[in-house]
Amino acid sequence: MRHVKTGTPVVETSSAPAGRHLHPWPLRIMHWVNAAVMLIMITSGWGIYDDDVIIRGFHFSPFWRLGDWAAWSLNWHFAGMWFLVINGLAYLVYGFASGRFREKLLPIRPAEVLQTVIDTLHLKIAHEDITVYNAVQKLLYIIVILAGISQVITGVAIWKPLQFSGLVSLLGGFQTARVLHFAGMAVIVGFIIVHVALALLVPKTLWAMIAGGPRLKPRGRAKEGHPA
Amino acid sequence: MRSPFRPDFPPDPAILDDHKPLIRSLERRGLIRGGLSLGALVMLTGCDVRRPEAIESALLAISRLNDGVQALLFDPKKLAPTYPDSMILRPPKFNAYYDVMDVKPVNGTAWRLEVSGLVADKRAWTVSDLQALPQTSMVIKHICVEGWSYIGGWTGVALRLFLERVGADLRAKYVAFKTADNYPSSIDMASALHPQTLLALEYGGETLADPFGFPMRLRTAVKLGYKNPKWVTAIEVTNDYPGGYWESLGFPWFAGI
Repeated sequence: MRHVKTGTPVVETSSAPAGRHLHPWPLRIMHWVNAAVMLIMITSGWGIYDDDVIIRGFHFSPFWRLGDWAAWSLNWHFAGMWFLVINGLAYLVYGFASGRFREKLLPIRPAEVLQTVIDTLHLKIAHEDITVYNAVQKLLYIIVILAGISQVITGVAIWKPLQFSGLVSLLGGFQTARVLHFAGMAVIVGFIIVHVALALLVPKTLWAMIAGGPRLKPRGRAKEGHPA
Repeated sequence: MRSPFRPDFPPDPAILDDHKPLIRSLERRGLIRGGLSLGALVMLTGCDVRRPEAIESALLAISRLNDGVQALLFDPKKLAPTYPDSMILRPPKFNAYYDVMDVKPVNGTAWRLEVSGLVADKRAWTVSDLQALPQTSMVIKHICVEGWSYIGGWTGVALRLFLERVGADLRAKYVAFKTADNYPSSIDMASALHPQTLLALEYGGETLADPFGFPMRLRTAVKLGYKNPKWVTAIEVTNDYPGGYWESLGFPWFAGI
């Protein structure tokens, strides 16, 4: 962990046993549970999709499908959903109750988003301080959290279209709900590609999600750039 | 940085001594032989290493748990949305575990419906016996587990009415079906008693066509398509889990929507 500390300006140089980790242990557990469950839900979902495709001619090759045929893809999907929902709910409760969402994801200013996009296009990617998210990161994290929630809602709609027929008509019918469920998957997969690529480009972020990352100053003495 | 695999404290030497014979018995030749057998195992077509037995039984255990959750979610009073007659797809979509060309038509005059299990009256039924009972019509959506759906119009005898007529034990757990095309199926009693569960005789106001289950098929609005057996020849009321064709291959049994 020591090498992570060097060069991260917001981090205290003296050891502060009371300080919080950037990623406290409950968050790390939920992150990796979610990573595994998302992988199960996405690849088993591809197996289910392939039985009756939405986009004509577009299939997922057996290599990418979890379950050797539809029955087992379904069983994986209907088993994974409980872990996804329980872990996801725990994450949302934790994120709101601990103040992490407010601290890490807000505020997002459109001008900052634009500036970050321009900087990124000029290959200026600031990552010396991994404890603060830039505006694009904040936006992407919020989008993927909303996509996850949306997947559960559209998933419930196509799992129980009669028991939740009100929800289905709100979503525009069974087939529309099915397409929305597919689109939500595409958003999450898009996020994962960017997320994993950037984590590999800046390996200390990956290590921080395993070991906890740098210790933060107590919230009361938060400096500028840390809206309390 | 210290290796995360190195233990904090060296293990007790006594434990290491305990395992010395085992370590000595590890032979290089054995490892090679083992590796080759594992490689050969992958080539066995009947053996799917991608679906180990432990994972399979865990998934089936969760699937049975889900059957229970689905039964709890099932509201016997909730009706499926219905549609105007003009939206009925003609002809309906054919689906079975074989091709439509392989359908073997059933002779309606020779056809009998056997009734067995926990019922008072086990007399067999003819087509005209069923036609003589009060008929119910519904225009509902058919939803397949694969994802496709269509709107169909069905007319026939409410299964609840039929079960009452034969004096079935309505507290029994299951209603099971046997068919002319060897497609056993079964549903829970609560779904069997739902007003949108019919022993269907007609589609779109006309006698069922051969590929769609003539003379009689089950049509329920509260289940996925594969819980709607065609060419039904026998109904049994039972407390012993009857299973079904796709269920025996791994699909969920309850399959409520």
